[in-house]
Amino acid sequence: MMEMLIDILSWASFVGGALFLFIGSLGMVRLGDFWARLHAASIVDSAGVGLILFGMMLQAGLTLVTVKIAIIVLFLFITGPTASHAVANAAFVSGSRPTDMVEDITAPKAKPKVTKRKSRKTKPKATTSSAKKKSGA
Amino acid sequence: MMFAFVTIVILVCMGVVMVRLFSGPTLYDRVLALNVFGTCTVLLIGSMGFLFARPDFLDIALLYALINFVGTIAVLKFFRYRRLGDAPHDAEIIMVQENEEDRTAP
Repeated sequence: MMEMLIDILSWASFVGGALFLFIGSLGMVRLGDFWARLHAASIVDSAGVGLILFGMMLQAGLTLVTVKIAIIVLFLFITGPTASHAVANAAFVSGSRPTDMVEDITAPKAKPKVTKRKSRKTKPKATTSSAKKKSGA
Repeated sequence: MMFAFVTIVILVCMGVVMVRLFSGPTLYDRVLALNVFGTCTVLLIGSMGFLFARPDFLDIALLYALINFVGTIAVLKFFRYRRLGDAPHDAEIIMVQENEEDRTAP
């Protein structure tokens, strides 16, 4: 009885996890923009991995294997969002923007430029002459 | 039966993600696809461990998760600073950014 219940539960989580995995990987191909594909990647990283490894934990029972799977889940849940953030941040810094992104007119004007210039003026003082020539000319 | 199903689904997903990995227009698409591919590989190693009744594979899966994360960060760092050693100084970063702006501006 108990075994059957566990089997049903793990089947359910396997089917759900497989569904999320397939949706996520299909979204990686079908979505039109890097910033949209980020959502698909996060589906695979959270729901797919979580459900499939949860099904494995149910199948393994109360053993060392379950502890190992729990460690893997913990690690993936920490590193997945971190890696996604790193990729998104690198893409943003490189100048890529979402298509149809709207500028916020009400925002205070051009803050990032001001801070950037400040840091440029103050920091290269130590190295200097070439930078100063540039700005002077 | 269960694990055969899961393994086949994961293999199919890896194949589908491979399309984006090879055809991604930008570098960041490829890095993202590589990250998803690595996550799928961790799942594949785990489920194959169950399929062949050798749960020791889970250690390898954990190790692969670690390497996958470090590899993603390393690739991003390399393509931002063009080197993998110690991080360059702040002034140098600013110079690099200025150069890139100069290159992209006109």
